Amino acid sequence: MKKLNRRMFLKVAGAAGALAAVPAATARAASGEVEPAINSARRGVLVDTTKCVGCRACEAACTETNHQPEPLHLDDPAVFKTVRTTDTRHYTIVNAANTGTALGASAAPARFIKRQCMHCVEPACASACLVRALDKTPTGPVVYHKDRCLGCRYCMVACPFGVPKYEYDSPTPFVQKCTFCADRQARGEAPACTSVCPSGALTFGMRDELLETARERLYAKGSKYVRHIFGEHEVGGTSWMYITDIPFEKLGLPTDLGTYAYSSLTQASLAAVPFVLTLWPPLLMGMYTFSKRRDQVAAQEAAAKETSHE
Amino acid sequence: MSSTTAQALPSRSWVTDKIFLGLPFAEYLKSLATPGNFVAGLIMAVGIPVIIYRFAFGLGAATNLSQTNPWGIWIGFDMLAGVALAAGGYTLATAVYIFGLKEYHPIVRPAILTGFLGYLFAVLGLTADLGRPWNLPVPLFISWGGPSVMFEIAWCVVLYLTVLGLEFLPPVFEWLGWKKAYALATQATIGLTVIGVMLSTLHQSSLGGLFLMAPTKLHPLWYSPFIPAYFFISSIAAGLSMVIVESGLSHRAFQSRLDHHVNLDKLVIGLARGASIVLFAYFFLKVQGVADSGRWALLATGYGYWFLVEVLGFILLPSLVFAYAARRANASLIRWTAAWTVLGIIINRLNVSVIALNWNSPDRYVPSWMEVMVSLTLVTLGITAFRWIVNRMPVLNEHELSGTRES
Repeated sequence: MKKLNRRMFLKVAGAAGALAAVPAATARAASGEVEPAINSARRGVLVDTTKCVGCRACEAACTETNHQPEPLHLDDPAVFKTVRTTDTRHYTIVNAANTGTALGASAAPARFIKRQCMHCVEPACASACLVRALDKTPTGPVVYHKDRCLGCRYCMVACPFGVPKYEYDSPTPFVQKCTFCADRQARGEAPACTSVCPSGALTFGMRDELLETARERLYAKGSKYVRHIFGEHEVGGTSWMYITDIPFEKLGLPTDLGTYAYSSLTQASLAAVPFVLTLWPPLLMGMYTFSKRRDQVAAQEAAAKETSHE
Repeated sequence: MSSTTAQALPSRSWVTDKIFLGLPFAEYLKSLATPGNFVAGLIMAVGIPVIIYRFAFGLGAATNLSQTNPWGIWIGFDMLAGVALAAGGYTLATAVYIFGLKEYHPIVRPAILTGFLGYLFAVLGLTADLGRPWNLPVPLFISWGGPSVMFEIAWCVVLYLTVLGLEFLPPVFEWLGWKKAYALATQATIGLTVIGVMLSTLHQSSLGGLFLMAPTKLHPLWYSPFIPAYFFISSIAAGLSMVIVESGLSHRAFQSRLDHHVNLDKLVIGLARGASIVLFAYFFLKVQGVADSGRWALLATGYGYWFLVEVLGFILLPSLVFAYAARRANASLIRWTAAWTVLGIIINRLNVSVIALNWNSPDRYVPSWMEVMVSLTLVTLGITAFRWIVNRMPVLNEHELSGTRES
């Protein structure tokens, strides 16, 4: 009986060890993604909201390059009366700041904010995705491999900016979001939106250099900028970064995000996996052996009692 | 296992014997005309076309899901609550096979069957929720998203469903009369139990871990770094409570198939003691979650009151009533408390995934009638499958083949 137990114990422990090696290996592969050398090659966009005039040329260029229907009411300023969101067929939109307060009521100059995927340095959506359909590329864009997607929509739950949008109307739906024109970038071109911006509000370049540019503007003599670069540290950093001269919450950007990468939120939970796989089997087999032994002793004692009575 | 042959009685065919409960076909059909079957048939007559409609026209046509609320009751109820309530399988198997609490042996098989069917229908429900369910093999064989909690869950649920299926093989082989296969299947019991506990620990907790990624969306009273621990511990209470509820209902419904020498009330009292302790630990950890985040002030808000209803009304109170009823040996009070706990777990899972998620968004989610119908259909299918199996296989009663102990 004892021999059998030991063999079974080894079998179970061996199986557990093999299982434990799987997530450990994949976790290593994933963490190798963000290397300092790649960081320096990472591209981004600096959005200077003090320069944006709200012309929405970026919106038109975006739908054109993505072969989507043209944005509605392109020349109608009335669209700024409501806060719009991106959707499955419009990857970027421009909103007016302070929407909700009466237009023209404040003496401050009009401020606009372009919204699109932030292309986080360590994207929540990509670390949520169980098939790596959403994936961070080394140069910056967070891209979507639609052929892998299961449609679990965990990316939508995870994204703190509410960026991924779902094709609910389709029986074969995909996730849709800004691609940072990864294909154009691969050809050495700038993203469509930044290449048409007439006011200089959008600057496409190396993320490191954009941060320098932003700091120069923020700390220049007589600068009216809020001394914060949104996206430098938020959720561990984003490729798209914003500077402005009005409070960030008035732009409609979420200000409760923290500076940690969202992938760190589940790290402790995932790190427990190898421990469960390696510690549970010996513990449980130990308990099994213990309870088995207890029963055997009880049976022997009962038998001994019976024979002594006879 | 074709070497072994079915033990057909000479006068009756195998199908009559095994499938039609030994009745002639016409009589068997007549025996199906019960009020319970009528209600089940009605639900399925509506629910199955709704499922077809969802696949034909997409999630938007059938559900109230939105860009802000991508998860509804098909995740909150079918998956999260369904998997928690199916935890009786690993809980009882551990008690009996690992801890050697053999007196609970008569209720292990129904617990494992409940677990198996619970997972099976949770996974089937998931295919309705997934936008592209035909890509289910992708996370398993094609593209691995190692750092994803969802990836861990996908693997664990698939493996555990397999383990539960294997754990349920002994009664299936008994039913078929395959003695050699039966002997082989029972030998795997300990190994399967250990693997089952490992997989359950991982995915029960990870289902809560999913929401770690939503710190700005989940209400702070529910968001806690302890969510994985909450989900794991509450799954034990859920599993024990489901076993109590299910054994009580089976006791009434399947009188003819019971082992009458088993004192079920005595077992239920033992389970209630366990559930009481687990619920109290769960309650304590919930309080610690609030203390850790220092969010006491939030308790005096609308969501705070709802949180208190959950934590006091559906965790602490059932824990105390379980203890009281176990002490008084009041089995019927225990059964009611178990149903109450099951409801509490469902409320908790819905709170985390639907009610307290996106609590600060103006766009709130309320399920569509079709979503409710699909969930109801899945539950009905689960109960129907349970009844079909229990009426045929040795689940509630021990067969002659299992005279030798499984270990």
